[in-house]
Amino acid sequence: MAQAPAAIETVGLTKRFPGVVANDRVDFSAVPGEVHALLGENGAGKTTLSHMLTGLYRPDEGEVRLFGERVYFTCPRDAIDAGVCMVHQHFRLVERFTVAENLVLGDRHGAGRYFITRPRAVYGQVRELGEHYRLPVDPQARVWQLSVGEQQRVEILNALYRNARVLFLDEPTAVLTPDEADTLFETLRLMAAEGRTVIFISHKLHEVMAVSDRVTVLRSGRVIGTVKTAEATPQSLTELMVGHELHTVTRTPSSSVREETALEVQDLWVDGDRGVPAVKGASLAVRAAEIVAIAGVAGNGQRELADAVTGLRSPTQGRIRVDGKGLKKGDPRAAFDAGVRYVPEDRLGTGVAPSLSIAWNLALRAYRRMSRGILLPLRRMRTDAEQAIEAYEIKASGPAMAAGNLSGGNLQKLVIAREFSGEMKLLVAASPTRGLDVGAVETVHEHLLEAAAAGAGVLLISEDLDEVLALNDRVVVMYEGELHEVDDRQSVEEIGLRMAGGTPDAPAEPT
Amino acid sequence: MNNSLLVVLIASGIAYGTPLLFASLGELLAERSGVLNLGVEGMMLVGAVIGFWTVQRFHAASAASLVAAMVVAALAGAAMAGILAFLVVTLRANQIVSGLALTIFAGAAGLSSYLGNDLNLADQPARHAFQAFLPNSMQNWPVVGPILFGQNALVYFSWLCVIAIAFYLSRTRPGLNLRSVGESPAAADSMGINVTRYRYIHTLIGGAFAGLGGATITLAITPQWVDGITGGAGWIAIALVIFAFWRPELCLVGAYFFGALEALAPQLQARNITLGPTVLWTNALPYLMTIFVLVVVSSGTARRRLGAPSALGVPYVREEY
Repeated sequence: MAQAPAAIETVGLTKRFPGVVANDRVDFSAVPGEVHALLGENGAGKTTLSHMLTGLYRPDEGEVRLFGERVYFTCPRDAIDAGVCMVHQHFRLVERFTVAENLVLGDRHGAGRYFITRPRAVYGQVRELGEHYRLPVDPQARVWQLSVGEQQRVEILNALYRNARVLFLDEPTAVLTPDEADTLFETLRLMAAEGRTVIFISHKLHEVMAVSDRVTVLRSGRVIGTVKTAEATPQSLTELMVGHELHTVTRTPSSSVREETALEVQDLWVDGDRGVPAVKGASLAVRAAEIVAIAGVAGNGQRELADAVTGLRSPTQGRIRVDGKGLKKGDPRAAFDAGVRYVPEDRLGTGVAPSLSIAWNLALRAYRRMSRGILLPLRRMRTDAEQAIEAYEIKASGPAMAAGNLSGGNLQKLVIAREFSGEMKLLVAASPTRGLDVGAVETVHEHLLEAAAAGAGVLLISEDLDEVLALNDRVVVMYEGELHEVDDRQSVEEIGLRMAGGTPDAPAEPT
Repeated sequence: MNNSLLVVLIASGIAYGTPLLFASLGELLAERSGVLNLGVEGMMLVGAVIGFWTVQRFHAASAASLVAAMVVAALAGAAMAGILAFLVVTLRANQIVSGLALTIFAGAAGLSSYLGNDLNLADQPARHAFQAFLPNSMQNWPVVGPILFGQNALVYFSWLCVIAIAFYLSRTRPGLNLRSVGESPAAADSMGINVTRYRYIHTLIGGAFAGLGGATITLAITPQWVDGITGGAGWIAIALVIFAFWRPELCLVGAYFFGALEALAPQLQARNITLGPTVLWTNALPYLMTIFVLVVVSSGTARRRLGAPSALGVPYVREEY
């Protein structure tokens, strides 16, 4: 395979953004007929590299060769015309269009090239491609009506429709259930078997091991090495990826879990943004010093549940009790006073006020206690911030630095530093490590364990199964607004099955 | 029969609605590309004064000078829209503020008044005006005569525009591209569609239509120039696009409805019918519409519910992170 001419190849490719070298002299090559994984932590430069190869970014230095010929992509159109397509993490689909309309959009060679468009003309092609590649979708359906998994199929169909010779997929499994991911892998293998080049971007080791022929590992913008998957082990890849061996935290269900309930939710109904119920009759109890993990694919009501418990959203029905006392509906301040702490999913938007300084952000909860009348104790805020920066190891130029300029990990530490103040009864953490690098993930996990050890109940909402498995005392799966307790807290199969809407007795319908 | 209130109202509703129709078709094209043009009122006024000036100064046969006037008015509107497009597409300025600023700059007591006064256009009748041109025998047919055949050329032209734009949006490749740019510029961009170009072109065409709408007032409806002659028609046109759910054929219905409302007061007066302070509420209409437009465009929920283009009012930046 190594002798085959490279389908796509880069030589010394470099891309700089203000203050960072995102890609540093990257030499990368992938041959036709292989699934090639690009592995690396978040921020290692995988997405930047793929964006340069698909025409979204222009490289500062170096060259890109396609089947031996040097190419210059100045926009995505050039890349598509050359047969290089990309399935983005955030889909590039027009939601109000039908599947067929999305395919003919921008099409210059197939049925969409005429001045008068006839999306009907591609119906047959959509069905054929769908059948062949196991990507069934209804060409007449509007994209917003489709599930996230189906939307991803449309993205892949779109690339196939454009006859992609090289297909990039950026973290394609992030939005899929384990079952859907397996089907996707089969599709990718099939595409590779036909001689296409599939480049699979991921930071999840078991997926890379499962689907790829070769792996290129990136770390801080540099290529660390390319290895054959068959000759690699998860351990050897991890070492390449992070440069040091990890000591991952794991939790043994501790005897320290206490009898008192930190959180009790009974028959909770919460409306989503569109006014339809997102949480449907959820009941849940978290005891003091216990970590309850809520697993599930995003968008199944987790956000609304977290919002209701933290007072950001009023439930339409049901009761929430914290530490035995009823919680006032839709009142974040009351929730905080009752001991609820929140590490929100959207750390930059909800977690902090990005343009305010670290000191001001830290005071957002505490200012009421500290202020004298209407005056803020600025000096104390600064010293408090200095202490927090030291205690939580936040990498910042000082208390006056704007929170929005912190990196993801440090931002999360700032949120945690603020939320851990005062008497904590319940910590709600929503995807607390999403997008963080391995080192920061470790720190955040330690803080969660620390909160539990200090006697707070922890409600951990996460899509990351590894995280769920590592930290939980109990696992509850959220699916379409309902909660389902998982019997075996370490069983990936059972959790995966329930995430897809099945039960151990009745497996999920394949979609 | 042709003098019955209903027939007269429909016929004059169509005539009075035509400037609204032109302006709202233009607004619709701009909004479908994701550009909210709140400068329509200003662009109409500039079109009105420039079109009128052209007819007064252009010495040619009636038809030729009228066509020239409409072309010049459209160009003037497009030039104004060029300023808006530069601000909101290239510089990514706030669309609401930019549009309002443009209306204030060009509107009554602004550029259009200055031009009108400086060029001595006030208090003189137009040398030529658009009039019904079909044979009298046709115009006298019962009911359909005044409604369908008693109109001026601009009305028939506007019908062509409605059909052309409806077809363009729903059936053609550039129309599909346009809609994708207004719905999801990121998707359009990665499919190789030039978002900036589509936004510029359709904002400019939108401005040209606003200019046409303004000139329709000064050259067909009341063939003269008075300061602030549009009287808030631009705002009604923007509201119309919302009422029409961004569809050209519904713009036509809405424009004629508001046109008929405008015609109602004088017709009632002429027939000695009093319906309370009619003049009061027809005069207040543009202001109510302005409030309505500003409330709707600044509320995300309202826009989503009504089916506005998803990226309406949002500047597009490719390298967002």
